Amino acid sequence: MPLSNISSPAIDVSTVLARRGINRRQLVKFCSAMLATLALPERYLGQMVKAVGQARKPVLLWLQFQDCTGCSESMLRSSHPDVGEIVMELLSWEYHEVIMAGAGKQADAVLERVMTEDKGKYIAVVEGAIPTGEGFCTIGGRDALDIAEKVCRNAAATIAVGACAFDGGLVRSAPNPTGALGVHEAVPGIQVMNMAGCPHNPANTAAALVHYLTFNELPSMDQYNRPLFAYGRIIHDQCERRAHYDAGRFVTEWGDEGHRKGWCLYKMGCKGPAATFNCPVVGWNDHTSWPIRAGHGCIACASPRFWDTMSPFYDRLPSVPGFGVEVSAGEIGLGLVGATVAGVTAHGLIQILKPAPKPSPPPAEAHPEDELVSPGKGR
Amino acid sequence: MARLVVDPVTRIEGHLRIEAQVDGGKISDAWSAGTMFRGIELILQKRDPREAWIWAQRICGVCTMVHALASVRAVEDALQIEVPENARIVRDLIAGAQMVQDHVIHFYHLHALDWVDVTVALKADPAKTSQLAQSISDYEKSSTVYFKGVQDRVKTLVDSGQLSLFTSGYWGHPAYHLPPEANLLAVAHYLEALAWQRDFIRLHAVLGGKNPHPQTFLVGGMSTAMDPNEPFAVINPERIGFLRELVRGARKFVEQVYVPDVLAVAGFYKEWFTLGEGVGNFLSYGDYSSINQNDASTFLFPRGIVLGRDLTKVHPVDPTQITEAVSHAWYEYSDGDKPRHPYDGQTNPKYSGPKPPYDSLDVDKKYSWLKSPRYQGMPMEVGPLARMVVGYAAGQKDIKTAVDVVLKHFNAPPTVLFSTLGRVAARAIESQLMAARLEQWVDDLDSNLAHGKVAICNTTKWDPSTWAANSRGFGWHEAPRGSLGHWVEIEGKAIKNYQAVVPTTWNAGPRDAQGQRGPYEASLIRTPIADPDRPLEILRTIHSFDPCIACAVHVVDARGRDYSVLKAG
Repeated sequence: MPLSNISSPAIDVSTVLARRGINRRQLVKFCSAMLATLALPERYLGQMVKAVGQARKPVLLWLQFQDCTGCSESMLRSSHPDVGEIVMELLSWEYHEVIMAGAGKQADAVLERVMTEDKGKYIAVVEGAIPTGEGFCTIGGRDALDIAEKVCRNAAATIAVGACAFDGGLVRSAPNPTGALGVHEAVPGIQVMNMAGCPHNPANTAAALVHYLTFNELPSMDQYNRPLFAYGRIIHDQCERRAHYDAGRFVTEWGDEGHRKGWCLYKMGCKGPAATFNCPVVGWNDHTSWPIRAGHGCIACASPRFWDTMSPFYDRLPSVPGFGVEVSAGEIGLGLVGATVAGVTAHGLIQILKPAPKPSPPPAEAHPEDELVSPGKGR
Repeated sequence: MARLVVDPVTRIEGHLRIEAQVDGGKISDAWSAGTMFRGIELILQKRDPREAWIWAQRICGVCTMVHALASVRAVEDALQIEVPENARIVRDLIAGAQMVQDHVIHFYHLHALDWVDVTVALKADPAKTSQLAQSISDYEKSSTVYFKGVQDRVKTLVDSGQLSLFTSGYWGHPAYHLPPEANLLAVAHYLEALAWQRDFIRLHAVLGGKNPHPQTFLVGGMSTAMDPNEPFAVINPERIGFLRELVRGARKFVEQVYVPDVLAVAGFYKEWFTLGEGVGNFLSYGDYSSINQNDASTFLFPRGIVLGRDLTKVHPVDPTQITEAVSHAWYEYSDGDKPRHPYDGQTNPKYSGPKPPYDSLDVDKKYSWLKSPRYQGMPMEVGPLARMVVGYAAGQKDIKTAVDVVLKHFNAPPTVLFSTLGRVAARAIESQLMAARLEQWVDDLDSNLAHGKVAICNTTKWDPSTWAANSRGFGWHEAPRGSLGHWVEIEGKAIKNYQAVVPTTWNAGPRDAQGQRGPYEASLIRTPIADPDRPLEILRTIHSFDPCIACAVHVVDARGRDYSVLKAG
C-alpha cells in the first residue's frame, strides 16, 4: 500500500517541515546520511526529502510477543537518525509497550483506532516469536497470534525485527517448548521484511524504514526476505581480520599473542565464513565496535535458525563452503542448508532499486532450514 | 467495589497484568500475573556449558548481560575456575555500566510519565524553568533558550495532532501535580537521557562488541584481549582513554541530572513516601568485590536479609532456605503443590487459565506464569531498595552516608524508605554510588596494562576433557533489578540441568498456598485511585519496582540435591 495515501500533496515541503519542527538543512543532512547507508545515488535526495517531509507522519505500531525486549532496546540505540528524531519527528510511533505512555485500556484503544483509521497504511513492527500453544503469550487477555493476525494483516507492511520474529529464534530452538514461530509463518501470506539478528541492528532498521518511507516499497530482499543491503554479503569477506586468515595467522587460545594482535578467530569457532550481515561495515552502537573487533567469534546471529544450526558456537566450522569474495551470500546459505531453493543472489546494491516486495512464501517450501544440520555437529 | 484490570502494564519489560479490587477509592486487594512463557532453561539442556551464557543472556535484553555474568559464574563455580583480575574488572565495569544506564532509562523513559504531564510542560515559562534548573544543578544545559527550544519541539508535536509515544497518556489526570516548569525540565531531560543512554552504552560496544547482548564473556574470563602496544587489542591505551571519557560523562549525568531530578520530582509527591510499602522483607546476595567474588566482606553492595522492616538486624543468606511455590502458577508438581527447593524443583508448564480472549483471571486458582519464591516461607523484596536497606542496616559507610543525605534532604526518618518513592530514591542513590565507582575500574585496567599485566582468560579448563565427570555450580549477581541466581549441573561435556531464580520472580510472583501476597500485590494495598478508568496510581507503584517479566518467566527448575550456602559478609 503506497504511503502516498497518507501524504498531503500540494503543500510546500518547507512549510510542512516547519510545522514538524525540522529545518530544511537538518532534513537534507539526515536524508544524505540515509542515502549513504542505503548506498543510493545522490539523485534520490530530492525524492527522499519529499517523502520524509510529508504533512502527516506515517503511523507505526510495534508489537512485542515472546521477546526479551533486546530489539526494542537496540532501536533505542539508533543514532542516524537519532531515536528522539524517529519518535518525535519522523514517524508517529503510537504503540510500543516498553516505552509508550498509556497502559491497559488506553494502550489497547490505540491499536483499535489505528487499525480502523489507518487501515492498510500503517507500519507494523513485530518483536519476539509467536507461540502456537494456547496461553503462552497473552496481552490484554488476547493471544499473541490473534493480535498479530489483526494488526499485521491490516498493515501496509510488517517488519520483523530480531531472530525471534524472523524465524522463531531462540524461543523456537530445540525442543521448542511453546510451538513458537516467526511472523511470516505464524501469519502467512503477508508482506514481511525480516531484520534478522540477535538483536537487529538499528542502523539497518532505521535505513530500511527510511527507504520504505521514500519509495513506498520495501528494499530488495533475499530468499529469507532480509534486505540485501544489510544481509547480502558474508561477514568473512568484509572482516577486518581477513588478511590474517589469508596469511594463516590464527588465535589458538584466548588471550594468546594472536588474540592480543587481533588475528583471525576462525579456530576459536568464529562463524563469520558462514554468516551474512553487515556488522563489519556499519558496526554497532554508532560504529563503535562489533563482536569480532571485541575479540570474540561471530555466532551468525542473522542466519536462519542460527541457534540450532550454528551451535556449538566454540566448535570450528568443519568445512567452510565457498571461501572467497566470488561466492555470494545466497550461495553460502544454500551450501549450509544443502537444499535446492532457487536462491536470489546479490550482485551489489543495484538491486535495491528494483521493486522487490513479495508476499512471504508458504512455510513448507520456504523453510528448508528445518533440515539444517549443525556445522558443528558435522565434524 | 470494582475490579480494575491493567493489561498490558506498559513501560516495563515484558507482559504483566494487574488486577485490583477497589473499595471506597482505594485498592483493597491486588493480583499480579505474568502472561508470557518461553522455556529457555529447557532449551539449555544438553548444550555445551561454555556457551550457556550466550543462550541465558537472551532471557532478557533490557537487563542484557546480567544473565551472561551469572551464567559464566555458575559454570566457573562448577568447574572450579578462578578468573584473572582483569576479567573480574572488565565484568564489573560492564555490569556497573549496565546498572547506571538501566536505572537512568528506568527513571526517564519507563517511570517519569507517571509523575510528569507532558502537555502541562507547554504552559511553563522557559525563563522560570531555567531558574529552577539552575537552583538544583550545575548542569550546563539550563538556559532559557534551551528550554524554549524543547518547549517548541513539544508544541510542534502536540499541534501536529500526532503525539507518537505520548498519544495514549493520562494527561490532565488529577494525580499529576508538578508545576509546569518542573514538567518542562523533566521533558527536556527525558530527551537528553534518550541520547545519553545511547552514547554511554558504547562502553558495552568497546568491551562487548555490541549492546544489547554484548558478546565477550568466556568461561574463564573475557575475550577482551589487552595489550599496551597493539592497536587491534580490544583494550589498549587508546580505548582506555575512551572508556575514561565515557565513565566520567556517566558520573556527571547521574550527579547533575538524574539525582537532582529525582529529588526535585519526589519533593512534589511526598505522600508517595507513605504508599506502596510492600512485604517489608529485603534480600540481597551482595556483589561487586574489589578482591574476589567469593569474599563477601569486600562487596560494594553487602549481602544480607532484613526482616519486617527491622533495620537493627541483618540476617545471613542461606540459599537452602529458598523454595518456590506453584499453587497459583501455571505449573504442575508431580506430588501436588508443595513448595520445592529450586535444586529439587520441577517444571511442567500447564496453562489452566481462561481461554483467550478473556476478561478476568480466576485468581482463586492458578493465575500467573511466575512462580512464588519464598525464603523460610516468607516473601522477599529484591532490588535497589533491598540493597540500600541491607547496606544501611549493615552500616556500610558509603551507602549509609548517601541514604542519610537523601533522608536529610526530605527531613524524613528511614521508615520512608519502605515506599514507592523509597524505591525510586534507592535506585538513584545506588546509581550515584556505582557511577562514582566506574572510573576506579578503568584506572585499575590502565594500571595493569601499564605494568604488562595482561592476563584476561584462564584457559586451563577450556578443554572439556579436563572436566570432572559430574559437577554443579552456582553463580549470582546483583543485577539492576535485584538478586539473580543461576544453578547449573554438568554431566560429561553437556548441561544436564539449568536453573535461574531472578529478581522479578521474587517481586512479581503470585500468592503462595498460605495466601501470602508477593511484593507487587502487597505494595498496591491502600493505593488511592482517583479515576478508575485511568489507574495511573497503580503504574506508579508497579513501576517503582522496575518490572522485568521476561526474566521472571524463564521457566524450569533443575533437579538436584546439593546446594551452596552463602553467609552474610
